[in-house]
Amino acid sequence: MTATPLHSFQRLAAYLQDQVRAPEHYTLGYSAEHSQFIRFNHAKVRQAGEVQQASCTLKLVNDGRQAELQFTLCHDPEVDQQRLVQAIEQLRQTLPLLAADPYLQLNDEAWHSHSVQEQALPETDQVLAQIKQGAAELDLVGIYAAGPIYRGFANSLGAFGWHQANSFNFDWSLFHRNGQAVKANYAGQAWDSDAFALRLRQAREQLEYLGRPLKTLFPGEYRAYLAPAAMDEIMGMLCWGGFSAQALATKSSPLQRLFADDARLSSMVSIGEQISGSLSPAFSDEGTVRHDLRLIEQGRGLDRLVCARSAAEFALAANGADGHESPCALSMAAGELAQQSILERLGTGLYISNLWYLNFSDLPAARMTGLTRFATFWVEGGQIQAPVSTMRFDDSVYSLLGSQLEALTAERELILSTSTYGQRQTSSSHLPGALVKRLTLTL
Amino acid sequence: MFEITALLRQRFAALRSDAEFFSLRYVQQSQQYLSVRKNIAEPPFFSRDEGAMLTVRVKGVEAYAATADLSQAGLQQALAHAEALARQIGALALLNLSDQAVASERRDYCSPNLEQPFPSLADCFDLLARESASVPDDSRLVNWQASLGVSNLEQIYLNSAGAELRQAQRFVYPGFSVTAFDGQDSQTRSLGRDNFGQQGGEDVIVRCGLVNAGAKVADQALQLLLAPNTPSGVRDLLLMPDQMMLQIHESIGHPLEMDRILGDERNYAGTSFVNASDFGTLQYGSKLLNVTFDPTLGEELASYSHDDDGTPASKQFLIRDGVLLRPLGGALSQFRSGLDGVANSRACGWNRAPIDRMANLNIEPGEQRLDQLIGGIEHGILMSTNRSWSIDDARNKFQFGCEWGQLIENGELKGVVKNPNYRGISAQFWGNLSAVGDASTFEVLGTPNCGKGEPNQVVRVGHASPACVFSQIDVFGGDA
Repeated sequence: MTATPLHSFQRLAAYLQDQVRAPEHYTLGYSAEHSQFIRFNHAKVRQAGEVQQASCTLKLVNDGRQAELQFTLCHDPEVDQQRLVQAIEQLRQTLPLLAADPYLQLNDEAWHSHSVQEQALPETDQVLAQIKQGAAELDLVGIYAAGPIYRGFANSLGAFGWHQANSFNFDWSLFHRNGQAVKANYAGQAWDSDAFALRLRQAREQLEYLGRPLKTLFPGEYRAYLAPAAMDEIMGMLCWGGFSAQALATKSSPLQRLFADDARLSSMVSIGEQISGSLSPAFSDEGTVRHDLRLIEQGRGLDRLVCARSAAEFALAANGADGHESPCALSMAAGELAQQSILERLGTGLYISNLWYLNFSDLPAARMTGLTRFATFWVEGGQIQAPVSTMRFDDSVYSLLGSQLEALTAERELILSTSTYGQRQTSSSHLPGALVKRLTLTL
Repeated sequence: MFEITALLRQRFAALRSDAEFFSLRYVQQSQQYLSVRKNIAEPPFFSRDEGAMLTVRVKGVEAYAATADLSQAGLQQALAHAEALARQIGALALLNLSDQAVASERRDYCSPNLEQPFPSLADCFDLLARESASVPDDSRLVNWQASLGVSNLEQIYLNSAGAELRQAQRFVYPGFSVTAFDGQDSQTRSLGRDNFGQQGGEDVIVRCGLVNAGAKVADQALQLLLAPNTPSGVRDLLLMPDQMMLQIHESIGHPLEMDRILGDERNYAGTSFVNASDFGTLQYGSKLLNVTFDPTLGEELASYSHDDDGTPASKQFLIRDGVLLRPLGGALSQFRSGLDGVANSRACGWNRAPIDRMANLNIEPGEQRLDQLIGGIEHGILMSTNRSWSIDDARNKFQFGCEWGQLIENGELKGVVKNPNYRGISAQFWGNLSAVGDASTFEVLGTPNCGKGEPNQVVRVGHASPACVFSQIDVFGGDA
């Protein structure tokens, strides 16, 4: 009988424990998935495949030095143990070549964490049949990604963590004949045919608005409503070093003025790292228990994300951040704007469903640029008038989420990451929509 | 090198399948990343990755299965899974590939200087430590980092039509950056990093200019901190090669990818302002614009003999004298569109399927030296080293930012300016190309970080370009 991923990892960790020689220490991270990827174009299958992958990341520590090696596992216990031995040997040969690391910090807490969610995923035939039935006459394009994800951690000080979850993520767009499109997503752990049909119907209804003649806007300042998916793009930029202890200390964070108390966001803005209840593992990639954090509280910078290395370098307390110090379960507090009042409160302006390809035009000033994409509408008198051609914005976060923020919605949307770079990601964000008095369009 | 070949051949020959065609693409990658930040060596990171993708064609429908289990049973199981999936999706498949030709060549390809050993770990750390230590003692210099990434790749492609294509390559990514801070503003100046990578060995470190770079990069970071903001307005724009590569990448490379034009990427990477009917007729830029797909420059990141579907690669003009000629479309896209393309079907590793990607996408040199380019500008700005990029999903409206700017007045370089940004529209921008630098301004650059595809993939791409001048471009600075 084939060993489960958990048993494979436990066996490797036990073998490693026997191989290390005091005073050596180790950490061993594990990441695996068995994924099915089905791409769609014109509501038909463009490309389909499955990927079975697993890897370990071994860190060896000795005499104040550390080095790390990641290696692929092949599911043959003997070969995987050989690879582990080779990894240990390479790291043993490497450590004496290094200078002592003043920022080396080992977490000696022998924590244990175990989370397994094995809810059955839908059969591929069922998913394909429902997509065929619901979208046959539509121009649907996107990807269905599904399967189990595994994350593990063990170290020589007795810590052990295991995270295992089945999930699916169907991320798609519907295109109108005129090239306009609406974006939709159905993701989770239990497939509900009725819920999926509802998502598809909602997207189809939005598509009808996109058939109206396009309105071309000129550069200038506009009232705007940013839906949660658009807010997710802005938050994604802020997560790019925004809350990182190292980025803040080395002046490469877009939120350095906020955390230096030289700038403020609107008092409506409170943002946290809400690990508990999220889909992310309860432990970081470097093997510490993650904490819920208050990153921004009523417009003021508060907690930063601190990994072990930053803790040692900047004399801070580590708080369970990954090595790259980015949030993995971002949660923004809701406001009071009711969903059904959005268009009325917007009055005349832009309803922006999604933003695209953001980047900084002036990083220290948190000024960013990006474009509208998917279902952006011109609204007059609280009524949708026309889809809008692609427009570029260039504005500071201190304006959008500061002086020009009028309201946040009372309802929030949970957005599960669709990223599959290297492996399927487990991060998420829980966000309201935002009504802003002024958004600057430049092109 | 290629030590696994005999074993793979044997196991591939023993595979059993009812498919009309199947292939195996084996990929082994080992990487090493070293860094010294503020004179402290960071923990070195190594990786070793190995696996294979089995692709089958059943009744014209293709599917794949990727596995790290390279045993006979593991490969057979992956092949069986791929076959089962191809049958499962058959009724809903977009494409019938029954008539698509398959590769049958046998060839080996190696990076230049691959036989020469790379400097030892100790030597690499010594170099990085030396450069880090050369940053002067100045309280405004708040961060600096010297880094060196090396990646070794071996790939073996076998298929049921008899193809055997082996590639062994080494990619090197040196880098250095310094950040200066005055209490309010911060400015970063860098060398290499995401803007420079090449195939080769120690020679790449030399060509990048990492040796003795520390003090110069630090000085430029301080100059930027003291510089005024880039003034807003319309000027002639001189882009140096380390910004040209980004300009080529975003507003020529991506819009010419045939899978975008065919709609595959509309949900993620986007579409294109270019239509299939534009090839052969569209005036993409001024008559000075000559763009090639060129896999023959040995040191460039995406030089190879065959792409990941086994199609032989050769130099082709995509744009000649400003006229759009052919897309970046591999064998499958050529089959689907009926257009001639190039060998650019590429995957980032064994666990992702090949799709249309940029490879080496270059601008051919013109006839003017750098001093002549500058001398021909009355009211302009030089911009160098990309730091910000944003473009719409049809790859038309863009805004790019650089680290370094210098005003040009009456044919002379003037003062340094910070936060140099510019914006434009691809469909018009290349028409404003007014001068192209000669071979003395030509640089071979590249980046390891081009993202695209569902599931997502990051691949390395090469861009070589001379310095170029664009007339009457909207430029502007930052807030600080």
